[in-house]
Amino acid sequence: MAHHKISVTVNGSVESVDVPSNMTLLTMLREKLGLTGTKNGCTAGECGACTVFLNGEPVNSCLVLAVECDGAEVRTVESLARNGQLDPIQQSVIDHNAVQCGFCTPGVLISARALLDRNPDPTEEEIRDALVGNLCRCTGYIRILDAVKDAARVGAAPGTGGSR
Amino acid sequence: MREAHPGLPDFDYVRPADLEEASRFLAQNPQTARPFMGGTDTFVRLRDGFWKETRYLVDVKNLDGRSEITFDPQKGLTVGAAVSMNQVVANPRVGSHYSLLAQAAHRVASYQLRTRATLVGNVCNASPAGDTLGACLLFGGVLRVHGVEGFRDEPLASFFQGPGRTALKPGDIVTAIRFPLPVPGSVGHYEKLGRNLLSDLAIVGVTVLGHPDSSTASGYRFHLALASVGPVPVVLPDLLTQAPVTPEALEEAAGQAMESCHPIDDVRGSARYRKLMVRNLSRRALTRVWEGLQSGYRGE
Ligand SMILES: Cc1cc2nc3c(=O)[nH]c(=O)nc-3n(C[C@H](O)[C@H](O)[C@H](O)COP(=O)(O)OP(=O)(O)OC[C@H]3O[C@@H](n4cnc5c(N)ncnc54)[C@H](O)[C@@H]3O)c2cc1C
Ligand code: FES
Ligand code: FES
Repeated sequence: MAHHKISVTVNGSVESVDVPSNMTLLTMLREKLGLTGTKNGCTAGECGACTVFLNGEPVNSCLVLAVECDGAEVRTVESLARNGQLDPIQQSVIDHNAVQCGFCTPGVLISARALLDRNPDPTEEEIRDALVGNLCRCTGYIRILDAVKDAARVGAAPGTGGSR
Repeated sequence: MREAHPGLPDFDYVRPADLEEASRFLAQNPQTARPFMGGTDTFVRLRDGFWKETRYLVDVKNLDGRSEITFDPQKGLTVGAAVSMNQVVANPRVGSHYSLLAQAAHRVASYQLRTRATLVGNVCNASPAGDTLGACLLFGGVLRVHGVEGFRDEPLASFFQGPGRTALKPGDIVTAIRFPLPVPGSVGHYEKLGRNLLSDLAIVGVTVLGHPDSSTASGYRFHLALASVGPVPVVLPDLLTQAPVTPEALEEAAGQAMESCHPIDDVRGSARYRKLMVRNLSRRALTRVWEGLQSGYRGE
């Protein structure tokens, strides 16, 4: 099988990685770069645990080939906190106890961050719509919804959490 | 042992420099090479053990002009093959002239999946459950296809041949889908029934497009397309033309939709349930469009 030498910017640092054709972005992040915050729940695009930013938009990293990311910019949950300061959405998820096992949380944080970046004042329906692709088997979602609403209310403006 | 966990079989990723090279490569490897765009169907099929003969994935999304939506007030809309569902949903021209298409695209899966999933991929995948197929058919979509013999047009009306089977031949790459201008005053609506409110594949999908028409006795013309009730989308053109549009006439047209389809039992629903849902959702979609035609609603 072919291997490819790619150059990809991950959380601000340029990485040169050797990847086989069939390696997903998810596997590259976890196994080549040691960024295990991004989770593998289903490898089928259903659960959203693997959600990361690819060129500024959220994607299921289990459905992206690493080789497709040559020259791209990727941001994972590890990039949300900056200089010891949590992103407002992270703080809000903690404040609302919107985490139980935590497996879905990295994906939820990325989807929520992406929503607040494109729409700083979402309605409840817009929040639900943005999080449709993030399954949580623990919390029952209500706390997650509250956390996102609150993060929006306190003004989780783009950039304040270091997502850009 | 496979190198890349989890579960994608071995294949070579191929990125041709231009369309000629891509078509040639695909035609030379008809059993083993597949074009791909967003990969959201492709990777799942490969992981699930289908397409076992695949050796090459040919990435055709970075070729020139593939990622644009253009609108011409005389000719209509062109959506490049690499345009994602999210781009379709957010595009103001789609919203103002083809809002039914935006509505259907919005019903596909989740936001993050729609970042990658393309409209053209949905069409080429030819799943009977594809959410956008009805809107693409009712708007008279025509695919622009590049094959080993150059460019040609493929009208969607004769494109779908069975689940996953289309008029495409080895070497063919769809570069765009084009839609003529809709009939003035057109109103559309898409009703999707999934196992949950959002994000699931359709158990039944009903797409309706209606418009005023001075040549019919009713003064209107309605077209309806059904998803997930047969091997290919079912289209019922030219409904409600003969007599004034009344609740009874709408009910009758919904019954006609039910009678026209022959769904199967599967894990997402029984045939009988599907048929009944076709009637109910058709009635609802036809009524919404009818209300819209009277009030200026353009679909949501
Ligand atoms: C979790 C999940 C949920 C989903 N939910 C929905 C849903 O709710 N509704 C729905 O309709 N679909 C759904 N899908 C299916 C899928 O996301 C859509 O069909 C999508 O639009 C496919 O686009 P793509 O660009 O990812 O296609 P790809 O996977 O890249 O391609 C799909 C097929 O089309 C062919 N193809 C693609 N582009 C071209 C081209 N330019 N020329 C020739 N052939 C081409 C490929 O060879 C392949 O056979 C879902 C998929 C997943 C994984
Ligand atoms: S691991 Fe990617 S969506 Fe579940
Ligand atoms: S907290 Fe356990 S899956 Fe969400």
